[in-house]
Amino acid sequence: MTIEAQYGVPTVAMHTDKFDRVARSVAAVNGMSELRQVFVPQPVMGKTQAELRAYVDGRDPLTGRPVMQEVVEGLTAPFDGRGVGTIEYDRSTPRLVEADTEENLHRLFMESRWTDYLPIVLPTEERVAAMLAATRRKPDEVVGRMRPTHFREAWEYTVEKVAVNAVMAGARPEYFPVILALAATGVSARGSTTSSMAAMAVVNGPIRNEIKMNAGTGALAPYNHANATIGRAYGLLSQNLQGGSVPGLTYMGSQGNNYAYNSITFPENEERSPWEPFHVQHGFRPTDSTVSVFSGCRATAYTLGIREKHWREHVRNMLRGMDPHIPPVFVIDPITARQFIDRGGFTKKDALIDWVYENARMPAAEFWDYQLVQNYIYPRATFGEEPWATKLKAAPDEMVQMFKREDIHVVVVGGETNGYWRIVGATYAKTVSVDDWR
Amino acid sequence: MSADKIMVLNPMGFPPNVVNKPLAPRLSTLEGKTVYLVDCRFDDSDVFLKQVQAWFGEHMPGVRTVFKPLSSVYLKDDPATWEEIKARGHAAIVGVGH
Repeated sequence: MTIEAQYGVPTVAMHTDKFDRVARSVAAVNGMSELRQVFVPQPVMGKTQAELRAYVDGRDPLTGRPVMQEVVEGLTAPFDGRGVGTIEYDRSTPRLVEADTEENLHRLFMESRWTDYLPIVLPTEERVAAMLAATRRKPDEVVGRMRPTHFREAWEYTVEKVAVNAVMAGARPEYFPVILALAATGVSARGSTTSSMAAMAVVNGPIRNEIKMNAGTGALAPYNHANATIGRAYGLLSQNLQGGSVPGLTYMGSQGNNYAYNSITFPENEERSPWEPFHVQHGFRPTDSTVSVFSGCRATAYTLGIREKHWREHVRNMLRGMDPHIPPVFVIDPITARQFIDRGGFTKKDALIDWVYENARMPAAEFWDYQLVQNYIYPRATFGEEPWATKLKAAPDEMVQMFKREDIHVVVVGGETNGYWRIVGATYAKTVSVDDWR
Repeated sequence: MSADKIMVLNPMGFPPNVVNKPLAPRLSTLEGKTVYLVDCRFDDSDVFLKQVQAWFGEHMPGVRTVFKPLSSVYLKDDPATWEEIKARGHAAIVGVGH
């Protein structure tokens, strides 16, 4: 779109047919509804040259017309006048929904795709007002902007809009500062990516205990009201405040992701952790309350404890099972955290992170052949971006590091009923103050 | 559930206005022109675009095609590539949006 609109070069965009609605929608919200687009069958990935040549020689599966005829016409056929002018479309969102019965409103919310298909609490003015009373911030204050994907336009939202979604999720007013902080990250828990990623939210500081979050047994769900509804609110506010999360339009996750129901929301078990809290690692004081968000959550590896003799091999095996495009977050029960100290000597999280960085390795040829590495890392390497550019020079059988050191993280959570722990593939985005939103 | 009507708030955020952008004038013909095939570097799009390039070679040999991978990932703007195409090309085919 940039080359057409900003550089004045006649352009045709080619897509696979599964992306019909989303491609046209993205063009429209970017003010280019007449953008010439041609479609071929899905998938392109993994097809042979001959198969792809058949796509080129074949017909657009949506129009039935020859693909290359559409391409040539897209570059040469004049517009009928609709696409060449400058027109501004006003869009707005009403504050209220038209009054109706509870039953009808529940149906409307579900049919409008404003829910996660679990029952919601209807956001009456009274309930929203009670939520708003839990912050000193004004209802019309802008909290942030969010979008489901890089290509779409960012939507804006106010404190009141966040409160509406918090009510719908069943959250209590005392949780609202955490939910506002999540909204303030601007990081969507409903990304549109085909990879079906979910978010993860880690709460630190005094707020955890003030609102009775659970960092112990069953912390990662579904055994605590605050953990459950804060995480659900993060998902609902993401899908609604960014302008939707509709399959085929604003959500393209091929398989979906069960983690998305409450965005893996939990507090760190600071009291039982032998290490400094996550937010302190990121420049906050222990007395600050924060929430940290991660994205890209799909993959999980787990095991029980770390064994005295072969723990290094076991952890390496877990790391090798992760896709190298998404870095590892060690989500560790306090029992195993202490084992990492006793058996590995990692008296600080940083020491464990150093070890992970050094030991998560695979042959260079295998690393570069991962599809996601090809899509997202290889182009950066060829562009000269480090450390990838240097890594690209490695011999095929040279063992290269899978992750960047600064992308590896450790969080402690769990009730010490046993030493089970897991590695979650997740990309750390940011840590935001909850206190700023009280 | 009560049959009384109640008033509730709309949960959607506020979209920005959309400003329609003018599209580039089309070419009268591709004959003698240079068409850039811009590879998004995503999911084997390079293999696909080389088949498009082969099609032009066979069916429209008067069209010069240039296969041009984006400088980095598709998520990053690539002004150097856009400038090159504007300076040296007449049209572009961008693919493949998956």
